[in-house]
Amino acid sequence: MDLLEYQGKQFFAQYGIPVSDGEACTTVDDAVAIADRVGYPVVVKAQVHVGGRGKAGGVKLADNADEVREHAGNILGLDIKGHIVRTIWIEVASDIAEEYYASFTLDRSAKKHLGMLSAEGGVEIETVAEENPDAIAKIWIDPVDGLSEADARSWVEAANLNPDATDGAVDILTKLYTAYTEGDADLCEINPLILKPTGEVHALDAKVTLDGNSTYRHEDYEAYDATQVRDEREEDAHAKGLQYVGLDGYVGVIANGAGLAMSTVDIVNQVGGSPANFLDIGGGANADVMAGALETINNDPKVKSIFINIFGGITKGDEVANGIVTALGRVEIDAPIVIRLDGTNAAEGREILKSHESDMLQSKATMVEAAETVVALAKERGAQ
Amino acid sequence: MAIFVDENTKVIYQGLTGSQGSFYGGRNAEYGTKVVAGTHPKKAGTDVNGVPIFASVAEAVAETGATASCIFIPAPGVRAAVMEAAEGGVEFIVCITEGVPAHDEAWFFNKLQRDFPNVQLLGPNCPGIISPGKCNIGITAGEIAKEPTAGGPNVGIVSRTGTLTYQALYELKLKDIGVSTCVGIGGDPVPGTSFIDCLERFEADDETQAIMMIGEIGGSAEEEAAEFIKANVSKPVVSYVAGVTAPPGKKMGHAGAIVSGGKGTAAAKREALEDAGVKVGSNPTEAGELMVGVVQNL
Repeated sequence: MDLLEYQGKQFFAQYGIPVSDGEACTTVDDAVAIADRVGYPVVVKAQVHVGGRGKAGGVKLADNADEVREHAGNILGLDIKGHIVRTIWIEVASDIAEEYYASFTLDRSAKKHLGMLSAEGGVEIETVAEENPDAIAKIWIDPVDGLSEADARSWVEAANLNPDATDGAVDILTKLYTAYTEGDADLCEINPLILKPTGEVHALDAKVTLDGNSTYRHEDYEAYDATQVRDEREEDAHAKGLQYVGLDGYVGVIANGAGLAMSTVDIVNQVGGSPANFLDIGGGANADVMAGALETINNDPKVKSIFINIFGGITKGDEVANGIVTALGRVEIDAPIVIRLDGTNAAEGREILKSHESDMLQSKATMVEAAETVVALAKERGAQ
Repeated sequence: MAIFVDENTKVIYQGLTGSQGSFYGGRNAEYGTKVVAGTHPKKAGTDVNGVPIFASVAEAVAETGATASCIFIPAPGVRAAVMEAAEGGVEFIVCITEGVPAHDEAWFFNKLQRDFPNVQLLGPNCPGIISPGKCNIGITAGEIAKEPTAGGPNVGIVSRTGTLTYQALYELKLKDIGVSTCVGIGGDPVPGTSFIDCLERFEADDETQAIMMIGEIGGSAEEEAAEFIKANVSKPVVSYVAGVTAPPGKKMGHAGAIVSGGKGTAAAKREALEDAGVKVGSNPTEAGELMVGVVQNL
């Protein structure tokens, strides 16, 4: 789950990380009211799940209420790389002496947490990593030990920040590590982390990605989920608890397991077709889940044929077959279905399907055969 | 031989009293796995289809001499269950549960490495392990796995993705190729067992003559495996990497399966593997066919 900047700042604030006084809003009038409260000058910032806001005109400085009105009016509704701005964040402008970069993420190779700190902030860290890798001070943290203040201090010293920033940076980074671990984040990034002329260190931006698997122990994360950007099909699938990713083609794909679903998408491409989606019905899928999956696929007007690819492990073949039969009774499926069913209870599953086979429902023995059939059917029905 | 588990492995099921635990524990027992105990803090003294339930892993180990544990506990309880298994004295832990927070995984991976260096964890979020004809721990349908043939050639399978693990077993069975051991390492960010852990053991295993490795997009596990193969593996390796056509920035179901910043693409992984002399198929069936060619030349 990716947080918007304002959500990230609210998340940081819960852990005592200094952020600028500000508030999010969705109207020009509210923007002015917030600016009046926090005091001028203010920054008006577009809240979208995409980078490059500044260049797109989504970040503006305002010295007075008229300027807030003007900028807020321009930014609300702005299209930034296909993301329409619905929410803006108004915060008091900060004086900046220096800009740094700081982040925590999981290093999957090292199986440790990785902290990165650089005196070259405010620019893309990937660029710094490429052009001047020595400018990034890295620290690998064993999750069992955590980050001690002493380790944080030597890390900060290795990054060659302005000495005035050392104490403030150590304080923020230890708090950021706590936010990262206690908050179950995949990523906590501050870019820029600023040193003010007055000597304070401060998070001027916030990029936070939370682990969707951790929501059971963070009740407040539901609110973040509501602001995730999904297309209509993805929204519908998400509401049903399905792992769905929208693609641009015409063969609807339903499979169990992320790997098999990916493989199904690959094989549809390889036989000259184009998948409409990736859909993993996951482990433990029952009749209801399969019915929901079929409904989701069927609601996509681009879908010309449907490929159900199930290998029985946790999801048993007879449950899958019953799910398909139930779904067929529940919704009018417009596109022909090709099924490839194997694994646990596959024989029972195929037996259940047998009495329902028709032009609209075929069963094939292999993935390649099923893929060729489903793509041919889609093309017969006008897919290009 | 086989790797990690064989006919002598005695297994405890943490969560045997639950619906998933009893279903798959039952299936594993039917397959011939030595399912010797279940655990539940409040149901000690009862049994599930004749398998005794103990209050803890430590008690179950003391009573049965079990050496492995299989976890079917819901995600919130996994961290405690893994540590209970290690502290209870088993050497091999299979965690089937999906949806475990990444911070928990990173924590218990490092905790085990430090305090229980002899304990091997497989998973979380994996289908388990099967040494066909000997031992099946987890959710793999045993009937799709062909037993190894005496004298070989037999294949060892290691896979990052659940259903493709079964797919690989199935393809080999259709082609009448025996399997020594099939290890599903799972697609999570911090898997307890890596490709390299398995490659190392397959290389040393007398019963394994060739290796099938199934990867997917995201992370750099396949690239690291390629480097290891180049330097340390003499047996032929065939591979398939899922997600060739996955768009960047979209998470494909697994927490690990995402192409970000141009890194972790299937194409890059394929290139690294081919550079290490691995034959890479474009789909699971093609990988199976490549393996037929490899096995015929052994």
